[in-house]
Amino acid sequence: MKYLFQWAAFGSALLTAAIFVILYLLSLPLLSQGTLWTVLWQPWDPQHGSFGIYPMVVTSLSSAFVAVAISTPLCFGCALFITQYGPRNIRRWMLNLVRLMGSIPTVVYGFTALFLLVPRMREALGGSGLNIATASLILALLIAPTLILFFVDSITQSSQRDCHTVTALGGTRAQVIRHAVLPQAWPGLVNGILLGLGRAMGDTLISLMLAGNSVQTPDALTDSARTLTAHIALVIAADVASLEFRSLFACAIVLYLFSALLVIGVRWINHSQPLSQRRML
Amino acid sequence: MKPRRIDHLVALFSHLCALTLLLLMVTLVGYLLYRGHHTIDRELFFGWADPWQALTFQRQVFDGLFPALIGTTLLVGLAILIAAPIGLAAGIYLAEYARGTTRTVLNLLFDLLSAIPSIVIGLFGLAVAIVLHRWFPGRFGPCLLLSALCLALLVLPYLIRATQNALESIDPQIRQSGRSMGASKLQNLFYILLPHRLPELTSGLILAIGRCAEDTAVIMLTGVVATAGVPHSILQNYEAIPFYIYTVASQYTDATELNRGFSAALILITLCCGLFLLAFFIQHHLQRRLLFRQEKP
Repeated sequence: MKYLFQWAAFGSALLTAAIFVILYLLSLPLLSQGTLWTVLWQPWDPQHGSFGIYPMVVTSLSSAFVAVAISTPLCFGCALFITQYGPRNIRRWMLNLVRLMGSIPTVVYGFTALFLLVPRMREALGGSGLNIATASLILALLIAPTLILFFVDSITQSSQRDCHTVTALGGTRAQVIRHAVLPQAWPGLVNGILLGLGRAMGDTLISLMLAGNSVQTPDALTDSARTLTAHIALVIAADVASLEFRSLFACAIVLYLFSALLVIGVRWINHSQPLSQRRML
Repeated sequence: MKPRRIDHLVALFSHLCALTLLLLMVTLVGYLLYRGHHTIDRELFFGWADPWQALTFQRQVFDGLFPALIGTTLLVGLAILIAAPIGLAAGIYLAEYARGTTRTVLNLLFDLLSAIPSIVIGLFGLAVAIVLHRWFPGRFGPCLLLSALCLALLVLPYLIRATQNALESIDPQIRQSGRSMGASKLQNLFYILLPHRLPELTSGLILAIGRCAEDTAVIMLTGVVATAGVPHSILQNYEAIPFYIYTVASQYTDATELNRGFSAALILITLCCGLFLLAFFIQHHLQRRLLFRQEKP
């Protein structure tokens, strides 16, 4: 029986590695033209035989970072509401609402935004209304539960003794947050932001439905562009051996490595902290 | 600025943030309700076919949500059937047996697995299908089984974590009482530890079901199509609710179709939130009742 458990664990762990190996093997024909590095920096120009994924990388990164930049202050405010400032009987409801938000399907976000947000963006910015900014706004909403739950966890886990000390010295709640909570809670806050970044970058449907999907390197946030995930979802080339199809695997490798990097970052922060919060992830 | 005033400003800020989030959610759900509620009727599900004939699979439904509902149900059922035993077993191994380096490495790999974007897992499934197709031509392509396998892979880390956390948070006293009465490690596990954490395990499972039902990225690469009818075998293409919503958004032609999209979105959001609430209820209320019953002699 023990060996059965062991096989299940090792088997699942092995699959994680197998995913990377298969993606790598299938992108080899493209990578043999250069390295992953050159594929990363080349533009997408199938007519001239160039299948670089630079435009998609830029779009993915910028939309994810903008989403996190929008979401972080909002979520920090909400976390403060839930932990410090909100009326006591409402706090719990708010927290449960945030948890509930996490179960809203991404395709529903995309679908609703298509009719509620896109026309507004079209009026405000011109063009089709499908651009990085639109996608980022909805991505910010998508990652909000992740961020808030992490923020709340790390704020409530910070030592009550320090908080009471600051209060006893005549500090206001804002000073408690500044001098007692933040110095202890920052690893949790950073973890939340990193994981939110991963979620924003890994989401497919929102960027596919809202970012416009044109294959150019975007110059501004108001440009229509295509993310790595949308690129994978869009190019279902009939010719499986073509280099165009192989470029999907390069995209997937970039996404895989990026998420791996974030996970390692999160673990590194957790371990470098003596009061490590092992169950954060 | 005076500290008092800063405090008031921060308080104002936090209230504004909470209000913004609340308003956004109310807008989202309210708009879906407003646009989608009036098309939810018999025709939405069964089109022009007779409901009874459709339910008994005597007649195919072409312009209704029925095939998509059946597709999603089959898909989720199959995926959970595959993922649940493996996830449970791997979670037990991590919590009860794995120690030292093995444990660290496994933890890292499962964190990695849970961080992989779903579209990458979908592409992995497609790649596996391509490789298999090369070896057995014409036998195995994108299909219901492949999607279910990929979805199982997607929710596996959630199930493993749920099991692991449930077992690791057990009071040492409970853990040792069984052993001290002479139960073997396995007996202890199956008769005491797992039943003790049943509510948490169940709610973890239900959350995994919700995750399966909502995911679109995995299935769009591994076999979902816009019109397939009710699948007759697990090696066929199928329809699913999330993909239906996506296709409506990208290629609707008239207002009726669009309204159906809204209804489908409303159904999906109700389903996912309903599953979440069920999990929540089980974890918070049932747990108390079960514990109460256990406390009685």
